[in-house]
Amino acid sequence: MASTSLSTQKVSVSTSSSSTGWRKWIGVIPFFLFALFFMILPSARLLTGSFFNSEGQFTFHNYQELFTVPTIVNAYKLSIQISAVTAIGGGILGFLLAYAVTVGGLPKSMRPILITFSGVASNFAGVPLAFAFVATLGRVGFVTTVLKEVFHVDIYAAGFSLYTFIGLGLTYMYFQFPLMVLIMAPALDGLRREWREAAENLGANTFQYWTRVAMPILLPSILGAMILLFGNAFGAYATAYALTGGRLEIVTIQIGAQIRGDVFHNPGLGYAMAMGMVVIMAVSLAAYSWLQSKTERWLK
Amino acid sequence: MNLLTRLHKMPFWSWLWFILGALYFLLPLLATFEFSISWDPADPLKAYTRVFADKDFWETFMYSNLLAVATILVNVILIVPTAYWIRLRVPEARRLVEFITLLPFVVPAIILVFGLIGVYSSPFKVPFTELTFLEPLTTFKFGTNILIVAGYMVLAMPYMYRSVDTGMRTVDVRTLTEAAQSLGANWFTIITRVILPNVRAALLSGALLTFAIVVGEVTLASFLGVDAFGPYLFLLGQHRAYEPAALSFFSFLLTWVAMGLIQLFTGGQGQAAGAH
Repeated sequence: MASTSLSTQKVSVSTSSSSTGWRKWIGVIPFFLFALFFMILPSARLLTGSFFNSEGQFTFHNYQELFTVPTIVNAYKLSIQISAVTAIGGGILGFLLAYAVTVGGLPKSMRPILITFSGVASNFAGVPLAFAFVATLGRVGFVTTVLKEVFHVDIYAAGFSLYTFIGLGLTYMYFQFPLMVLIMAPALDGLRREWREAAENLGANTFQYWTRVAMPILLPSILGAMILLFGNAFGAYATAYALTGGRLEIVTIQIGAQIRGDVFHNPGLGYAMAMGMVVIMAVSLAAYSWLQSKTERWLK
Repeated sequence: MNLLTRLHKMPFWSWLWFILGALYFLLPLLATFEFSISWDPADPLKAYTRVFADKDFWETFMYSNLLAVATILVNVILIVPTAYWIRLRVPEARRLVEFITLLPFVVPAIILVFGLIGVYSSPFKVPFTELTFLEPLTTFKFGTNILIVAGYMVLAMPYMYRSVDTGMRTVDVRTLTEAAQSLGANWFTIITRVILPNVRAALLSGALLTFAIVVGEVTLASFLGVDAFGPYLFLLGQHRAYEPAALSFFSFLLTWVAMGLIQLFTGGQGQAAGAH
């Protein structure tokens, strides 16, 4: 008897909470509809398309080809290499710059200058950036000419070219290191003075403070930021296309060619390439948020 | 050890990194500017006067600005009520919505446009019939405009959502709503007269960032085939030398203005956040 009344009570409570539970979601429906039509459906289209061949039959073959067709494998390799190199290079330069204006002893007035400049540069990508680098390091670029005429160093004779891996890397660096500055400056601010004092009171020298206290705290956010830089370069298309005209075959360039005119003669393979990119980006974002949760323990 | 001790004691290293970064930042700009004024020594601004006299430049540039304004407006209309509702009613939706707003980091522009073309280049049929209730959006002008604005909204989503959400964190949404309700305000009035003014600074920085992303964007614009500023600049670069340099420098100045304004509008807010 008692158990029956208890159970009916439970039912009535749960129905009332589920009706308000349903109604309170009304306010977020427009957002979810937008996400459905312009984010989820397009992604789902790529996903389902990647499992069909040109005859419209279900297949896993497209995914096998991602790992076997040499041009595709090389494109992924090239994309991963250029993203990793510019993430590490940009990460190091960005960290040192962020260090310089936060705890590095530069005048306080330098900080807002660097932060604003970094905000501009990290958003200055695409066609204008490519043209700017042509004017800088192209065959008759400003720096190329100065090096040749003032320092008598002909970088193009020495094998350098802006339209190759290293040139594209230098161009990507322009938006990579400022992004690192923007992420690391607040993290370095989070290093409390008390930690340093405590370490010094316990007899630690600067080297011990950095290796035993500061670095372990900063390392997850440094790695996380570098992963963000990796994704930032990995998804870039316009800069590479405008700079090399599609000659440097990174993944985004190949996907662009596939959208223009089915260069693989297999739409499914194009979709599978896109999904391959999405997976790599998703893994890096997951790694980033995992590292972020490690950071939050110390740095807010 | 010795090195690191010196690294800390002497700002020499800090200055070195700073100067190195500044050179990396400034040299390409200097080079672009230098190149853009070297067309005709007698008339250094020739490239600029030529470009600004070009009808196509103004048309594409105005069109891109229009796209940016549309993107910002619809994004504000979509995101502000959503973020508000989440704070007030469904905090359990926060993680899901945040996750969705981060999707653009996983799906870069080239993949997004690939998917959009994949979905919207064929007609929408009523299931199990041959009735079409939506022509392919890519085949008519208004349809392409919808697609590109939606695409830009997606690209700007992480920045816009984040600034609005941060803005709402600093005001007590619940108390404001209760106060407005007890004075007899309806939902529309609450959002437009109470919430919006309170997140104005945040909205402005999100809007300016959107502006910096959209004007000059080339991936979505060129694959969806719209005559925006990005594709125009790209084409100009294929067969001209000095005008593209002039326009690149001009784009850079625009980005600078947008970022400078963000700094100006959020400067106070940023300090408040740092003081916590």
